[in-house]
Amino acid sequence: MKPMSENKNTSVLKKALGIVGLMTVFAFAMVPLYNVFCEITGINGKVIVSESLYQQVEVDKSRTITVELITNINRGMPWEFKTTVNKLEVHPGELNEVMFFARNFSKQTITGQAVPSVAPGQASFYLNKTECFCFDQQTLKPGESIDMPMRFYIDPDLPEHVHTVTMSYVLFNATSKESESVAAN
Amino acid sequence: MAHDHHPTGIKRWLFTTNHKDIGTMYLWFSFIMFLIGGLLALGIRLELFQPGLQFWDPNFFNSLTTLHGLIMVFGAVMPAFVGLANWLVPMQIGAPDMALPRMNNFSFWILPFAFTLLLLSLVPQLFPDGPPNFGWTFYAPLSTKYGPASTDFFIFGVHLMGISSIMGAINVIVTVINMRAPGMTLMKMPMFVWTWLITAFLLIMVMPVLAGAVTMMLTDRHFGTSFFDAAGGGDPVMFQHIFWFFGHPEVYIMILPAFGIASHIIPTFSRKPLFGYASMVYATASIAFLSFIVWAHHMFTVGMPVAGELYFMIATMIIAVPTGVKIFNWVATMWKGSITFETPMLFALAFVVLFTLGGVSGVMLAMTPVDKQYHDTYFVVAHFHYVLFPGAIFGTIAAVYYWLPKWTGNMYNEFWGKIHFWWSIIAVNITFFPMHFSGLAGMQRRVPDYNMMFEGFNQLSSIGAFMLGFGQLIFLWILIDCIKGGKGKATDRVWEGAEGLEFTHLPSPAPYHSFEKAPEVK
Amino acid sequence: MSLLKRVMSGLVLFVSLFMGSLWAAEPEYSTLNLRPGVTDNSQAVFDLHMEVVWIMFAVAGLVFAAILYAVIRYRKSNNPTPATFSHSTTMEIIWTVIPMLILIYLTKPAISLLLDMEDTSKSDMTVQVTGIQWKWRYKYLDEDIEFVSSLSTPASEYEDYDRTGTEKNPNYLLEVDNELVLPIGKKIRFLITADDVIHSWWVPDFAVKMDAIPGFINETWTKINEPGVYRGVCAELCGRLHGFMPIVVRAVTQEEYDQWIEQKLAEKAEAERLAAEAAAKSWSMDDLMALGKEVYDAKCALCHQPNGEGLGAFPALKGSKVATVDSVDDHARMVIFGLNAMPKFGQELTDAELAAVVTYERNAWGNDTGETLQPGRVAELKAGN
Repeated sequence: MKPMSENKNTSVLKKALGIVGLMTVFAFAMVPLYNVFCEITGINGKVIVSESLYQQVEVDKSRTITVELITNINRGMPWEFKTTVNKLEVHPGELNEVMFFARNFSKQTITGQAVPSVAPGQASFYLNKTECFCFDQQTLKPGESIDMPMRFYIDPDLPEHVHTVTMSYVLFNATSKESESVAAN
Repeated sequence: MAHDHHPTGIKRWLFTTNHKDIGTMYLWFSFIMFLIGGLLALGIRLELFQPGLQFWDPNFFNSLTTLHGLIMVFGAVMPAFVGLANWLVPMQIGAPDMALPRMNNFSFWILPFAFTLLLLSLVPQLFPDGPPNFGWTFYAPLSTKYGPASTDFFIFGVHLMGISSIMGAINVIVTVINMRAPGMTLMKMPMFVWTWLITAFLLIMVMPVLAGAVTMMLTDRHFGTSFFDAAGGGDPVMFQHIFWFFGHPEVYIMILPAFGIASHIIPTFSRKPLFGYASMVYATASIAFLSFIVWAHHMFTVGMPVAGELYFMIATMIIAVPTGVKIFNWVATMWKGSITFETPMLFALAFVVLFTLGGVSGVMLAMTPVDKQYHDTYFVVAHFHYVLFPGAIFGTIAAVYYWLPKWTGNMYNEFWGKIHFWWSIIAVNITFFPMHFSGLAGMQRRVPDYNMMFEGFNQLSSIGAFMLGFGQLIFLWILIDCIKGGKGKATDRVWEGAEGLEFTHLPSPAPYHSFEKAPEVK
Repeated sequence: MSLLKRVMSGLVLFVSLFMGSLWAAEPEYSTLNLRPGVTDNSQAVFDLHMEVVWIMFAVAGLVFAAILYAVIRYRKSNNPTPATFSHSTTMEIIWTVIPMLILIYLTKPAISLLLDMEDTSKSDMTVQVTGIQWKWRYKYLDEDIEFVSSLSTPASEYEDYDRTGTEKNPNYLLEVDNELVLPIGKKIRFLITADDVIHSWWVPDFAVKMDAIPGFINETWTKINEPGVYRGVCAELCGRLHGFMPIVVRAVTQEEYDQWIEQKLAEKAEAERLAAEAAAKSWSMDDLMALGKEVYDAKCALCHQPNGEGLGAFPALKGSKVATVDSVDDHARMVIFGLNAMPKFGQELTDAELAAVVTYERNAWGNDTGETLQPGRVAELKAGN
């Protein structure tokens, strides 16, 4: 080949490899992008897992919202996990507290992570938690139990057509692989 | 430059940098994979012949569907198109060879290793928990937390075939951009080159995304990340978004070159120029562009916000417009032509007709509210097999018949070619048409057993599948016969109405180095 | 049926379509077409589907007619001299615009139907549906009722590996032990999630298909118009027994539903009483082994296999550490609460069943530890002692 065309080839090759590189970066950038996208659109009722401060907002006594609380335990998580109330009626703007209870039934120390989800997804923007066990992981020794409070208020701007908000918490086994195998030995 | 001084025997194939040798290897490799993938499909159809479990454990059945999908997509269709590109692109643009011949060799020789990794998972002594069993779409967490040990081999296999496809695509891009004969402007390029150039851009844009997805799977499985695990703040639905961001353009990667092939064969046998060349190019480009913004129509049941569902529905339906333009243009090409029906033309016609069927069921699937009934049923299976078998595979077969005399210098056996065609078209419809019905009536995908009410259609499909599978042995025989001499020497033009540099400027068989001196294109 | 007969009957079905009789074979459901279902939405989906089908038939028909005309009229013997035209702007504009108009026409009803299907507000009751490999758990959020529903057909009815043919009932893959009972005429909201992998809850008669995703909840709804039994399946590949996790919904009138709730609550109280009784009593090894085998074959053998030797990813129990070396309590905890890949069975099985199955696993297939577990101990373990 003539050097001329070698150069031309190298330059196109470099550009093409540039696209490949960019798209590889893009593939991984989809992870944070997706999370932003979820927070904007409320896909999966994925909740912004961060603490919010209770702002003294006007309590809207004229509206009553039914809040349902659901707990689930993921496969292979030998804990009990439940709420003390399954359902409560709240007014937008008021601060509410509900209690959750967890207990480790196994013979190992296990770390749990509760994953929150809200239905309808749209409601997740208007749900503010000032305290939640889902912000951190919980580690329980064999037989140990824990009461966990969760405080939240619903933004009075919650769209008119929403009458019921369901909060779901799924407890996952977050014990890392290494400590698991240590425990097994 | 050395002329025809190339090693012989195994060394010729191992070290070759010749586009024709590499193209031949790609095509044979793809044919072998096609037969292996077909055998797996026959395993599926065998189990589905009757209600009840007669042959496989359900877990192995899932492995059969998984490997069938992966091998057909990555092992049969994609390498077949790369093989055709290798053979045809340099000849069609008036170049001596591909631009990056050593990379060309490397990109082929990766493939056998990639598929060895994948097929090793079938050896129970190595993988007691069996081959990958999560479908070719490998949704998390079934493929991550719950995947068998062989998943890691699958991941490396996908990485390798991804690298191979990217190298193949880059080679096409560099060749087409730099090595066109003087006078061949972009808008004078043959349609096959155009569709492949666009496919190549799709490939280099989405294969890295697939590589990213499987890398995330790997780190989720072994390095404690949780991209797709809700426990660590990840989301299994995100896997589907990333996968289909790759997956939808991938669908077009598997069909655009076949569009290009039809755009050569139909004008040749209609003895009339292609109708609406420019609109064909624009339609192909817009299909490729749209493929990037419609991915979530594969996921209408994951619980997207309604605005998202509406957007993806409308964007998807728009694809029907450029696709329709292509089909109407092919019909208009035949209009007032002087048509003969040699085997390549028969396959190309079947391609247009049956691809149209796959297209209209595609419009139905795009409509979100009804897709909630169609989703993950045999209706979807019928749809994509209509697009892939009579689309991608018939397209490839048509291309092989069309260019085989140019490649070998010999005419293939037309009589057996026609038998192959009629056998295949009858079998393909017996196999896949009934799937529309069982899907609508409620049979879900990827199940080893089904209810009594689906028995009749499943039996038909199974009978059709065995006919279709064994019918391809006719093709194998025709190929071998043609290479050995076939029905005598082919002329340089081969077909009365053939156009393009490979027919008008090169002898049959085409010389080892295509154009030593670039031809002048007016 | 002989093979020939089967082929023939298949061919007859196939041909009947081409004779234009889309609804030709309709025993209970059409084997050819979508079902209209029993809700307003499923009917609307069906109507939209039929509309699209006919439009698409027309479009494809036109294309095929043009191709057919071309291949006959313009074959070389009929038209030896080809024309030379290669484009026509007018024609190209026409066949770009007309498909667009058809699509716009189709989009309108689709949008309004979709908005309706996604509107879960103002529901009368809520049922939580959880997909588990390979069964469904239903929880009535307004009542204190929760149960697991799985395929009731024994494996021996569908496993036919010696290929002698087994006697099957027409719905053998669509029968469950515990049906989901729902009232008609009420807007029922479903909250759908999963405990392990992704499943998809699909009842064709309601036109409801929603993915069950571990960690997240999805919402959908239905309002059933007619009482009856409606069957569905898991629609997303979820592992080995994906094809064997059916859904059965029994829709009843409000009064019957109220009665059912009462009965279910009474059953629950009765079960608790029986459990207490069973816990108080000391069971003999033989009784435990007999019940244990029954429970094992129904619940455990699907993964660990009837011979206890496991299969692929599912570990063997025969001679295993858990079933022979570990203490009875640890073994029982694993069955009751699950651990890592092992799902929990504490809710699904009674104390007596749990005690029996653990005893069985420790003494069957030559494990012969001679140890028994009493239901009373299971109750204590469940309480965390």
